[in-house]
Parts: sequence; C-alpha cells; structure tokens
Amino acid sequence: MNSNSPSTSAGGPGSADSTAPRRNSKRPKYSRFTQQELPACKPILTPKWVVEIIDRYETDCVPLDSRNDKVGFIQSPQDKTCHRNLTVPKRMKRPIYVYYQLDNFYQNHRRYVKSRSDQQLRNPGDEGDTSACEPEDTAHGMPIVPCGLIAWSLFNDTYNFTRNDQLVTINKTGISWKSDRDHKFGKNVYPRNFQNNTLVGGAHLVANKSLSEQEDLIVWMRTAALPTFRKLYGKIEVDLQAGDVINVELQNNYNTYSFDGKKKLVLSTTSWLGGKNDFLGIAYLVVGGLCFFLSLVFTIIYLVKPRKLGDPSYLSWNRNPGGH
Amino acid sequence: MAGGGIRAKIRRSSLYTFSCYRPRTSEEEGPHDIQGPGYSRMVYCNQPHLHEQKPLKYRTNYISTTKYNILTFLPKAIFEQFRRVANLYFLLAAILSLTDVSPFSSVSMIAPLAFVVGLSMAKEALEDWRRFIQDMKVNLRKASVHKGDGVFGNRPWMKIRVGDVVKVEKDQFFPADLLLLSSSYEDGICYVETMNLDGETNLKVKRALEVTLPLDDDATFKDFNATIRCEDPNPSLYTFVGNLEYDRIVYPLDPSQILLRDSKLRNTAYVYGVVIFTGHDSKVMQNSTKSPSKRSRIEKQMDKIIYILFSLLVFISFISSIGFIVKTKNDMPNWWYLRPPDKNNLFNPNKPLVSGFYHLITALMLYGYLIPISLYVSIEVVKVLQALFINRDIHMYDEETGTPAVARTSNLNEELGQVDTILSDKTGTLTCNQMDFLKCSIAGAAYGTHASDVELAAAKQMESGNAFGQSEIELETVVTSTDENERKPAIKGFSFEDSRLMNGNWCKEPNADVILLFFRILSICHTAIPELNEETGDLTYEAESPDEGSFLVAAKEFGFEFCKRTQSTVVVRERYSSFQEPIEREYKVLNLLDFTSKRKRMSVIVRDETGQILLLCKGADSIIFDRLSKNGKAYEEATTKHLNEYGEAGLRTLALAYKNLEEAKYSAWNEEFFKAKTSIGGDRDVMLERVSDMMERDLTLVGATAVEDKLQKGVPQCIDKLAQAGLKLWVLTGDKMETAINIGFSCSLLRPGMKQICITATNEATLSQDPEKSVKENILMQITNGSQMVKLEKDPHAAFALIIDGKTLTYALEDDMKHQFLNLAVDCASVICCRVSPKQKALVTRLVKEGTGKTTLAIGDGANDVGMIQEADIGVGISGCEGMQAVMASDFAIAQFQYLERLLVVHGHWCYKRIAQMICYFFYKNIAFGLTIFYFEAFAAFSGQSVYVDWYMLLFNVVLTSLPVISLGVFEQDVDSEVCLQFPALYQQGPKNLFFDWYRIFGWMGNGLYTSLIIFFLNIIIFYDQAFRAGGQTADMTAVGTAMFTCIIWAVNCQIALTMSHFTWIQHLFVWGSVTTWYVFLAFYGELSSALDENAFRILTEVLAPAPIYWITTLLVTIACNLPYLAHISFQRSFNPMDHHIIQEIKYYRKDIADRHMWKRERSKARQETKIGFTARVDAKIRLLKGRLQKKYSTMSASTVIQHQT
Repeated sequence: MNSNSPSTSAGGPGSADSTAPRRNSKRPKYSRFTQQELPACKPILTPKWVVEIIDRYETDCVPLDSRNDKVGFIQSPQDKTCHRNLTVPKRMKRPIYVYYQLDNFYQNHRRYVKSRSDQQLRNPGDEGDTSACEPEDTAHGMPIVPCGLIAWSLFNDTYNFTRNDQLVTINKTGISWKSDRDHKFGKNVYPRNFQNNTLVGGAHLVANKSLSEQEDLIVWMRTAALPTFRKLYGKIEVDLQAGDVINVELQNNYNTYSFDGKKKLVLSTTSWLGGKNDFLGIAYLVVGGLCFFLSLVFTIIYLVKPRKLGDPSYLSWNRNPGGH
Repeated sequence: MAGGGIRAKIRRSSLYTFSCYRPRTSEEEGPHDIQGPGYSRMVYCNQPHLHEQKPLKYRTNYISTTKYNILTFLPKAIFEQFRRVANLYFLLAAILSLTDVSPFSSVSMIAPLAFVVGLSMAKEALEDWRRFIQDMKVNLRKASVHKGDGVFGNRPWMKIRVGDVVKVEKDQFFPADLLLLSSSYEDGICYVETMNLDGETNLKVKRALEVTLPLDDDATFKDFNATIRCEDPNPSLYTFVGNLEYDRIVYPLDPSQILLRDSKLRNTAYVYGVVIFTGHDSKVMQNSTKSPSKRSRIEKQMDKIIYILFSLLVFISFISSIGFIVKTKNDMPNWWYLRPPDKNNLFNPNKPLVSGFYHLITALMLYGYLIPISLYVSIEVVKVLQALFINRDIHMYDEETGTPAVARTSNLNEELGQVDTILSDKTGTLTCNQMDFLKCSIAGAAYGTHASDVELAAAKQMESGNAFGQSEIELETVVTSTDENERKPAIKGFSFEDSRLMNGNWCKEPNADVILLFFRILSICHTAIPELNEETGDLTYEAESPDEGSFLVAAKEFGFEFCKRTQSTVVVRERYSSFQEPIEREYKVLNLLDFTSKRKRMSVIVRDETGQILLLCKGADSIIFDRLSKNGKAYEEATTKHLNEYGEAGLRTLALAYKNLEEAKYSAWNEEFFKAKTSIGGDRDVMLERVSDMMERDLTLVGATAVEDKLQKGVPQCIDKLAQAGLKLWVLTGDKMETAINIGFSCSLLRPGMKQICITATNEATLSQDPEKSVKENILMQITNGSQMVKLEKDPHAAFALIIDGKTLTYALEDDMKHQFLNLAVDCASVICCRVSPKQKALVTRLVKEGTGKTTLAIGDGANDVGMIQEADIGVGISGCEGMQAVMASDFAIAQFQYLERLLVVHGHWCYKRIAQMICYFFYKNIAFGLTIFYFEAFAAFSGQSVYVDWYMLLFNVVLTSLPVISLGVFEQDVDSEVCLQFPALYQQGPKNLFFDWYRIFGWMGNGLYTSLIIFFLNIIIFYDQAFRAGGQTADMTAVGTAMFTCIIWAVNCQIALTMSHFTWIQHLFVWGSVTTWYVFLAFYGELSSALDENAFRILTEVLAPAPIYWITTLLVTIACNLPYLAHISFQRSFNPMDHHIIQEIKYYRKDIADRHMWKRERSKARQETKIGFTARVDAKIRLLKGRLQKKYSTMSASTVIQHQT
C-alpha cells in the first residue's frame, strides 16, 4: 500500500481512473475507531500542586491613626483605598481564582438565611412578594428588589490587580452556577429601590443590569454553611510566574470590624479535586492506615490463636459446661 | 331421641345416694327473705314484653367485647395514640410548626405524624373489627325460644330477653343464665358441663323445682306464668339467691336450679328454662374482666430509651438555648447584617431571655429527629407482618380441625422469645379429656401389652448405649419413631391389646373365675346409661366421667356388654367366646353407694340371677387396700407392684374388689342404711357415710385397671423440647390431685425418683381455737420444710416437684406467705397446682409474673383459663375446641399444645431478635442523624437553622431508611427454623435478653454518636472553605448539607447491611434501593425549580455529581463510619463467637452433613440442663439402673446381675 499508492498517483492518473473503483473496494473504510484516533485524554500522572496565596488585610488596610476605632473608620465616608503586594511563590497556571474570605460572619443564621424572596428574584411579576424579607422588604413604601438581608448585606470590597504596572484583568463572568443565572435570577428582573433606605448595608447594584447578570449577587446569595467562608470574586485568565509581584488596589468598604471578622483575599488554582485540600488526603491516609492496622491485628491474632470456622467447641455449652 | 324410652323410665335421682339427694318438702326452709338493695331483680317468666321498659328493662343478650364503636372510635383511638409520649411530642411539634418558632415548614412536621398516627389507627380499627366479627358469631347463634301459644321458634341469641322461656337441646350452650324448669328426665335432672366456666370436666347435676316439673312439653308453656325475685347480677358462679312465685306460692331457689351461660347441656335430651340474666348481666360475663392491654418487655424497655433520648433532647436543647442567649446577648448587636432586633422578639439582643425561650421551643423541634417518629409505626408494621407469618405458618396448621395459628394481637411477638415460665391448664390443653382403657391387672397377673413411651425409650437406651453421651443421641429418634407409628384405636376409649383376654381367650387363663368377676365389676359397678344408636345398632354410654365410659367400652370389648338399665336392674349381655351366643343376665341393683371425692370409691350391691348378693366396689387403690379382708389379700403384693408401674407411666388406676354377702347380714345393714337415708337433718350425710363404710369392708381384691388420660398429640415431646429450651412448666388444673399427678407422670413432669413436696391443708387443725391461724402456720411450716429439703439436697440430679391444692393455695397466696411459697416453687423442677379456681389461676400467674419478674406465658382452652391468660404476659388459647372464651381473651391462639414449641422456639426467637436489632438500629440511625443537626447549630450561632433541606429530613425516617429496617424486622433469621428447633438452647438468648441489654443499647447509641461526629466533621472540614470543583466554586450550605446527608444515607444503609445476616432479594432491594432512591429523589427534587426550596435546584446534576470530591468524601465517610462496627463484629465472630455464629458457620461449610456425628452430639448438648421432660426422665432412669448395676457389681458376682437386669 505504502509502496504503490504514491507511485500510481504520480505515474498516471488515467490508469488510476479505471482501476480506482476496483481497488477502492478493498480500501478499509475510515473510522476513528479502526484508525485508533478516538478522542482521548492522556493523563500524565504528574503531581499537580494547587498554589494558594492568602492575604489577610482587614487590619492593615485601616490607617494607623484609625486603628482604635475601626468601626468609625469603615463607616466614615473617607477614601478606603488600600494597596497590597502579593508575591507569587510558584508558577500559577490559569485560570487563577480570586476569592474573598470572611470570618465570623454568620451567613447561616436562621434570620439571615430566611430573609430573601426567591419568587421576586426570578419573576418580575412577583416583586411585591417580600413577606420573608423583613426588615429589608420595602423602602419608601415600595418593595425592594432584591429584598431581604442577604442582598442588602452584599459584599462590597473590590480588587484590582496589576503586575509590573500592567493591569491584570479579572473575569467576573461565569463565577456563579449556570442554573442560578438561567433559572433563579430572572433575565428581566432589575434592581429597584435597592439600598435606598436610610441604612445602607453593602454593595449597590448596577441599576440597568438584570439580576441574572449580577454575578456577585448570585454568588453572595448562595449562603455559606459556616461562619468562615470563601466566595468566588473572579478569575484571572493569565498565568502568573513564580516571583511575580502583584499589586492589589483594593477598596476596603465592607464592615467586618463590628464583629471582629477577618477579611482575606485568596488567589488559588484548582485541581480536579478543587482547591487545596490537605485534609482529604490525610483523612484517607488515616482511615486507610486504620484499616491496614486492623487487618494486621486480626492477622496476627489469627496466626497466634486461630479459630477454625464452625468449630463446635466454641458453642456456649462447650465453653463453660458447668452453667449455661 | 334415641334411648329416650329407657331414660324416661328412670328417675335418675334415685340412683344417687349422696350427691343428688333431694330434701323433701317437709324439711324445706321457707322462701328466702329477699328485700333491700342487691336483691332488686324481678323477672316475669314467659312475659318478656314486661321487660321492655324501665325499670324492668334489663341489658340485652347482646355481648360486645370490642374496644370501640363507630362513635367512640375516633376520639378514643386518637386518645390512645397520643398517650404515647413520643406521639404527643410530635403533635405539639406539629402544632407549633404553624408558628414562626418552627425551624421547619409545617407540612414537614404534620405529614409524617398524620401518616404514622393514621396507620396505627387503621391497625386498631382492623383488630377491633375482628373482635366485632367474633362477637357477632356468638350473638347470632340460634336458640329455641317460646314465641307464645306453646310454639317454640329459633331466635338469635342477641334477641333473647329476660323472661323468655328457652328450650336447650343436648350439647348446646345455654344462651343466658337460666332457671331450670324441667328436663327430658322425669325428675327434672339435667347434666351440665361447666368446663368453660371452671375447667372441671366432670358433669354437674342440676335439678328443677318439683313444682315446675310438669312443664315438660312445648304446649304446657302456653299459659305459664311465674315471677322470680332474685339477686342483682354479680360475678359469683357458685351462689344464687332468689324466690320463684308460681301459683301464688313462693319457692326458694338455689344455685342448683341455675344454668349458666356458656356451660353446656350434656346427657340430657332437652331442658326448659327461663332467662334470668342476659348478656353482660350473666355470671360468666360478669366474671370476665376487660382484657388488659399488654406490652412486651422490649417495648417497655424501649420506652425507657425514648425517655433517655428525650432527656438528651432536652439537654442539648438547653445547651443550644444557653448558647443562643449568650450569642444573642453579646455578639448579635454587632452583627449589623442581621439588623437586630427583630419585631417578633425571636432574635432580640435586648430581651435575650424571651428570645432564648422561643429558641428553646425551636430547638426542641429541631432536634426532634433524635426521637424516631417512625419507630412506633415501623414496629407496628413489622409486627403485623410477623403476625402474618405466624398465621401463615404451615407447621402450626392443624389439619384435623382446619385451624391455623392466629396471632390475635401483634404486640407481643417478641415477648414470645423471652418466656421463662409456662403456666398450663391441663384438661383440653395437655390432655384431650378422653380416657383409654390401656392395661389391667387381674388376680396378680398384668395384662395389656401397650408400653408407654417412657418405657419404650428407656428400654431401647439400655440396649443400645453404654456411654452416656452416645445414648443421648438416640433418644430423639426413639421419641419421634414412637410418634410416627402412633396407634389409632379403632374404638374410642379402648387401646387395650392382649390376646390372652381378648376374644374370650380369658377362659383359658388360670384364674378365669377372678377374671370373670373383674369383668362383671366393670360392667355393673357404675352409674351410666346405655344409649342405642339406631343407625348402627351400637350401644354408647352416657357416663358421668370419661373413666367410667372407658370401663364400659372395655367390658363390652371383653364380651360383657352392659345393655340396659331400669330403675332397679342392670342387664349385661355376656359372651364368653366369640362363637357362643350371648347370654343376657339381669342383676338387681339393691343399693348404690356412689362416688364422692371424699370417699374415693363407689360400690353397688346387686343380687344376681342365682340370688347371691354381691357387693362390687371400685376405688382408689389406697382406699381399697385398707378395706381388704385377711383372705382377700391374695393378690395385693402383685397388684401393688403393677399399680406402681402404671402410676409411673402416668396411668390412672383404680382397684376393684368384691364381697359376697349373706342375705341376713345384708338385710340388717339395709335397714340401717334406709334409716340413714331417710333421716332428716344435717347429720344425714355423716350417717350415710358411716353406714356405707360399715358395708365396704372385708373386701376381696380382684384386680386393678389402668386408664390412660389421653394426652394430646405430641405433648410429651413438646414439653421435653420446651424444657430443653430452658422453660419452666407449671400445671394449674381444676382437677383432682390424683388426676393431676397422673398427668404429671404421663407428661414426664413428674418421675419416680423425684421428691414430691405435697402441701395440703390439714383438717385436724380445726380443733384448735383459731383454725385459720393454725392452718396457716401448718402450711407455712410445710413450705419451710420443703425449702429446707431443697436447700440441703446435695445430689445435683435430684429434682423436686411441688404439688399444692387449691384450698392450700388460698392461704399460700396471702401476702405474708406468698414469697416463701414462690421461692420454694421456683426451686422445684415442676409445680402442679390442683383444684384451683379460675381466680387462683390468675393469682398464681400474677405471683409468678411479679415475684420472679420474668416473662410468663399462660396457655389454656376454657373460660376458666381466661383470668390466667389475661394476667400472664402472654396468653395463648387453644382454638381447636368449641369454647371460644380462652381464644377470645388470648393473644395467640393455636390449635394444639404441641404448636407451642414452634411458636416459642422458632417465631419467638426470631421475633425477639428482629425487634431487638431493629430498635437498636433505629436509635442508632436517629442519633447519628439528629446529632449532626446539633453540631451544626454550634456553627450557626445556635440560631436554629438546619443544614439540611426540610424535605431531606422529612424523607429520612419515612422513606429513605424505613424499608431496610422493616425488612430487617420482618425477614431477619440468624438460623433457619429447623436449626432453631434442633438447638433449643438458642432460645435462651431471649430470656437472657442478650440482644437488648443496656450494654448493647448503649453500644449502639455510642456507635450513633461516633457516626454523627465522623459524618459532620469530615464533611465540614472537607467542604468549608476550599473550592470543591475544578471550576473554583465553593460549597454553599445546601451543597454541604446534601453531601453530608448523602454520607448519612450511605452510612446507615451500609450499617444495616452489616447487621443483617440473612439476605434475600428483598433485603438487597430495600437496602440498595434506599440508597438509589436517595439519588433519584435528589435528581428529581433538583428539577422541581419553583414550589420548593430554591437552593437545592439541580443540586445533584449540576453541583455535586460532577465533583469527584463529593463521591470521594462519601466513600471515605462511609468507610470511616462503619469501621468500628465492622471491627467489632469481626472481632466477635473471630474470637468470641456466639452460638448462632458457630451454627451459621457449620451450616455454611456443610459441616453438619460432613460430620453427622458432631452435629448430633452438639444437638444433644444444646439442651438446657433440665429436670423435667421426657429426656430428663429417661436419663434419670438410666442413672438409676446404672447405679443399681454398680451396686450389685460390687456385692454380687457380675454375671448373674446382668442377667437379672436385662
């Protein structure tokens, strides 16, 4: 095959015409399977490190003179811009996920969890359905969209990354669950009357963007299970090299000072198991080790003092013949 | 009405000297003075219409034993349901769930409760409906009632009114309490069987007043009018006070004219009676107590666990509330995002105590999952299904009567596996109340070749085995083989087999003249009446006691057919050999000295055709032997030996004797006798007795009879097995002491080597000043002596039997003595109480139940056992017989006593283990689940938020984990039924409560605690902050909760798979099906976008399933949760196996087939050390013979001894 096909094609196309149907009938059909060209993944079992950068900033971002009254500082209207430098310890391959992590913040409090209206979020017709949202249900006699304490307390610190004075863009789309965007937050529901009360909680929303596009809100509305939680802020879609210094310009707006909550900025890559999760590995090793240990113990005891299965001498009346 | 002609000619009353003596009118006392309260009842005979309005409107004859009726069902049944603490708690929780306090949606609280309560109530309704059907069966029985103008017609029992005249025919039950007016006998006598009332098998004689005797025809009631004034309804069976006003004369009435409902007319063609008490007014119904609702031991213990869990619930709720108060007061003002305070004061930092109080309620509801709401209903479902299996058990179905076993209540299934003492009635339960003539000893020669079972087995053993262990194995085959070739006597009441006497061969025997006399005594000395069956031409006999009947049948078979009785003669058709024509001989009955329990003998004085006067006497051997003349003792020694043998075999024996009388001597005596008979006053009986005694002396012994009180099929084997299973058996009978002891022997409850401790009240004590006290002291002394004797006994094989009669029991059951009595009784291997009243049966049962604190089971067949059946922890009724009272009162009904073995050893054992394991597992699973909610609270500021979606929790108990545990409760078998029966010792796991002791319960609870910790913390640590997907998303509360819940589902289902030892496809389906259901539910629930909880939207399909870490965590947690239990059961099985483990292994490796010898050996060893029962008896006999053998070896030369022995 290999020898004649280039020669015939080169030699004479005419003869090829007459012989082609006959010859071609023997030609194996092409299929990906027979040609062993099925799409495949080729795992190379190399250890993949999840690289994580954690920066706790809530104290450092308060000017020294305001540190004894942090709450006063955060509530004051002054500029709260803060600059942080992060050094990349190891090469981080994209996508790099940017998280904010709050501490001592009870998103799982019963009053908090209940304070929302899913009907209203989904359906523009149901904007009056605010019964569960008290006290953030109405402002100036009009229903708030989105209502409730969760939306009201939306996280409002912002981060901007620069590397070597070059802006590193943060992609803030696709950080929420698709089903949330498609089905739970309406495409034609727009924020209304939001943060319009005397007390302003957290972030404002862009008024002319539908809720399904306000992914920060969607992420925030998925309440966390524990008082310490991380939420996705965005994705950096360039690789970061080891030793890179990343300058973060952050707006320190969110009040965690009232309840002594930490704030952390986290940059992390992921593996197939998600983020850095040493515990799972340790737990597997421990449980596996226990299993191994137990099997060892049983083996040893069995070798030292074996019991034949179905040995009648172990029956209770044979073991202590005196009293049953 | 066969034989009516003969009967009409006989005045039955003149047959009796003692028992039915009729005081003559001259000595009659005046009418009873009945006035005042307690004696207000007026009955207008034959004018029932007068009783249609107050105040003479009495209760109808409709009886009802149901708990509810249509109107009361709802309120009463609901009340019953909420008497259970757990249900009440859930009701409160459901009500509160409508308020803001609730952590859950209200539907998730109300729906399971409604389901659970509804199901329980449906079960109640079904059971009550069955009772109603039973009642209606009785209520709709037909009775013949006077409808006016002398016409009688049928009417259902429930329509019978006070004042009706009823005609009851032979073998019918009396529909109400009646006043006897007349009977088919000329002198107004009738025979009544009161077995249903007091369990006595001998017939009672009732007699009508003389004035009403003419009313013996339907037509005579046309114008009959009379008035009865009598006592009000009361439960006393043996008393009645009233007056009959008839033709303006007042006659006193006494109990002998009263025919009680539920007793039966026997040997009498018909009687007429007037209804006095109907329905619930009748004495038998007054006697019936409300059947108490019984609860099993396990259920009571379960209540304690529920209380423990409640305490735990309250405890952690308090902890939560305190945590909440602290958090709310100190921290919450800083939590600006919560905007405190709220307007409902649920989270108000300024009023922490008020909020704390609300929170306490919330917490109590939130942690409610610690209390398994579905526990009761699951147990109920399981028990109903278990009961179904009992009902459907083909091995407990009686082919002859067509009755299967019936579990009438399903509450007590597991209690069957914990029985310690069985209290059994005798007649109808152990025996069939049928006597078979089996052996006799005539002139010192023993006849009758039928060997009893014990003799057979012991003989076979001595032949086959020398070594003890070896011989034991054979026993079972012996027992079963004798069972198989069970003889079916062609003639009822006669199983005699000996060619020397049959077919007239007796003439060739050496003492033919004595044998002839023996047969004559059998055929003449009785009070029976022959009845000709017109179809077959056969004669049947209506005898007072079944013994007598069997004698007559025997005599007939021997060729001495008693064929006719007239007022003063007995005609016997004698046939000396089969080819000879029978000769009819007429004997003139001169006197009849009838049987009383005090005299223990009866005699007739007859003049035969030659003019010779003979006294023929039969009676208890001890009595007869005392009365023998010097010349009459020729056969005493041999007969005594035979009698002992018979007694040992459990046969009822009587000695027969006679005396020739000279004319002159007789007439002198007769004069005196006549004087005594006609004397007036209280000492008449004493005089009669003295005169009779004078005559019944200087007798000549003829022989002895041995009658078998026929045991029901399989009774000795069953008792043997039960004894091997470690159960104690007490016999409580209304019968005479002698009879009871006989039965004791034939059931192997007694055996010759046993030391019998007889406790009886002595009569001499009456002489002292305080008779009662001295009698008591006497009894106490006997009890103390007995206890001493038991204590001092050194021989480990020695067995004691306690025999006590009813009269003594009245004293022994008094508070100050009952504990001594009980202690003695418990030390004895077998206990027989005779002549006990129904009440005493119940009292003894209560004494055993409360005194020993162990589970008792009472089994009986008649109404006299009802008290005992109701009093015992478990009541079992024998349903084969006619009377239904015992069955109606019972918890389980079986057709024969022998099915008790399977009921206890198989079903009891299984049910006990199933329920015990099931409850343990239930608590485990709910603790494992419930505590995770609590831990989460600590991380949620104790705010009362649950990490799980409401619907998960709702389904947890009802759908996701219920079916596996039900399959455990219904189908689990540690070993199969055959092995259960072969290894009765396995049963002891129940009475020892190995599977539901606190050690085990706390072990399971600890396991639950461990599981909850593992599930919660592993999940939390894995999921709390890091991204769990390659896409960088972090887990929110719903994802964490769902992952955690998945782990719970896997952990508890794998746990139950480890617990089970018996997998059919059903178990596999349920266990793995439950896990699958969870994923299916989750996928399905995730798609329901609107209506339900929004956060769980596509939780599985989009969020969790694509995350490998979710599956990896599930695997890790499941393994970690089950590791300790797995290690535990592996350790137990490997190094400390229980009996059923070994047997399972033996069966699994088919060692029982490979090594039959070992299998048999273990089976025989598995028997509990027991002193009663067949096996023990054979062992004892072997021991005895061996002992003797050894003794003789040491003293005499060996060879002669062996010959002698064999």
